[in-house]
Amino acid sequence: MLDAARAESDPLTVIENLVRPALEEIGRRWEDGDCALSQVYMSGRICEELVEELLAQSSESEIPHAHALETTPPRLAIAVLEDHHLLGKQIVRTVLLAAGYKVIDYGRQDVDGLFERVRDDQIDILMVSTLMLPAALRVRVLMDRLGALSPRPRVVVGGAPYRFDEGLWREVGADAVGLSAGDVLQILERLSQADT
Amino acid sequence: MSDSRASADGMTSMQRVLTTLGHQEPDRVPLLLLPVMQGARELGLSIQDYFARPEQVAEGQLRLRARYRHDCLYSFYYAAIETEAWGGTAIYREDGPPNAGAPVIRRPEDIDHLRTPVVEDSPSLLKVLETTRLLAEEAGGEVPIIGVVMSPFSLPVIQMGFEAYLVLMHEQPERFEQLMRLNEEFCVAWGNAQVAAGANAICYFDPVSSATIIPRERFLKTGFEIARRTLGRLQAPSTMHFASGRALPIVDLLPATGAAAIGVSHHEDLGALKQACRGRLSLLGNLNGIAMRRWTPEQAEAEVKAAIAAAGPGGGFLLGDNHGEIPWQVPDRVLLAITAAVERWGRYPLHWCRRD
Repeated sequence: MLDAARAESDPLTVIENLVRPALEEIGRRWEDGDCALSQVYMSGRICEELVEELLAQSSESEIPHAHALETTPPRLAIAVLEDHHLLGKQIVRTVLLAAGYKVIDYGRQDVDGLFERVRDDQIDILMVSTLMLPAALRVRVLMDRLGALSPRPRVVVGGAPYRFDEGLWREVGADAVGLSAGDVLQILERLSQADT
Repeated sequence: MSDSRASADGMTSMQRVLTTLGHQEPDRVPLLLLPVMQGARELGLSIQDYFARPEQVAEGQLRLRARYRHDCLYSFYYAAIETEAWGGTAIYREDGPPNAGAPVIRRPEDIDHLRTPVVEDSPSLLKVLETTRLLAEEAGGEVPIIGVVMSPFSLPVIQMGFEAYLVLMHEQPERFEQLMRLNEEFCVAWGNAQVAAGANAICYFDPVSSATIIPRERFLKTGFEIARRTLGRLQAPSTMHFASGRALPIVDLLPATGAAAIGVSHHEDLGALKQACRGRLSLLGNLNGIAMRRWTPEQAEAEVKAAIAAAGPGGGFLLGDNHGEIPWQVPDRVLLAITAAVERWGRYPLHWCRRD
């Protein structure tokens, strides 16, 4: 299927028309309970390899997002807060890569470390993944710290605690919540439009 | 322990739980509340200090049961304690369970040289066994003592990290099988050591087997067979707990694992689960522990009532949270409201269910 698509279209079109819809569909199925996390992860892993391969076939000037993000907003970053489980972050990162976004990956961070990185890198939109409830609640502290920055970076949260308490993301002061990795693209578009 | 004795209706907690596990209606719905870290609060200790001494954990469990009048004692410390036996570490925090530190399996090749730890060589596991013995002395056979094991199939998430484990499972079947063999031996030894110390039942935590994490067809080839082999070697009844993961897509397979009950998720229809399990498997759940933090007493009562209405009739139901551990942040007033609601709405026969 990929070879056929590649024969007819340039690499970026293949990513846009084949890889990205596949990831979004998997995300929808996960949210509906029709797809397991292992399937989401393994398909994301395959897609990430495909995207890297396809991007390698493109010249830098053909990669609008990647090129633009070097110099213009939004600058994106992703991190896991206070936990060693990085799986959710990896899946979201793959979706972003497949959609042509560049994202700085901070890995695992505590609040202080994450605040400093976001401030120093002048991040516009930060995505925070958490697994345990205490870490999800610590986003409140992070938001208070980020509130001192101008403009304050937008924060998108995700992870199990937010799936079990629909009001938790508002309580901790986040700007949006992603209940599946597929949500992140629409959220980014919405936040970017709101900022402009 | 005076509160372990029979209620006014004549049933002890043990009788109540055994009756419902036999798919009969006891005097009321058993409450398996499963508070863990809250024992530290009872004793005025930090979570780390609390878990440092087994007699403190036993005392904490006894005090929690006196406060909330639930129907079990729970010798569980924290999930990462098993990785301590494998050479790993636990990282404590002030407001939640300790996390597992760096993975003990850093590369798949490490599995080739891995050896199953001996339970008696682990100071951490010995503390749990001592807590179990102390609780058994106090319970006198009238309150079930629930021990805990991580399933061989789910333990690798903290042994090597979730991502590395999924890759191993999909791409290195021989090493995966080798790790399962080692983990099964450990799990059986650890579970049976708890039974020997006085645990009456074992909660077998297996979130990776849930339909949230793996599809049914993979479960059939992996988690199902592992559970069947492992539970068959445990010398006490077991509950297969999915720690908030979904079970409905695999529920028809679960009786064949040998589990007496399953711990089920708030994300699933408890009535549908009851229908699928009636007379074959008891259900434990499915109060939402995360949302519980913000419940009012009225919400707590409504949630308890809804769960009992969905799964209580006919027995085979134990009310509890859906994760197997009450979060540190859940207020005391909510837990007390749950207890009061079970007393009010959980008395058999549940005529009000039919009426409503």
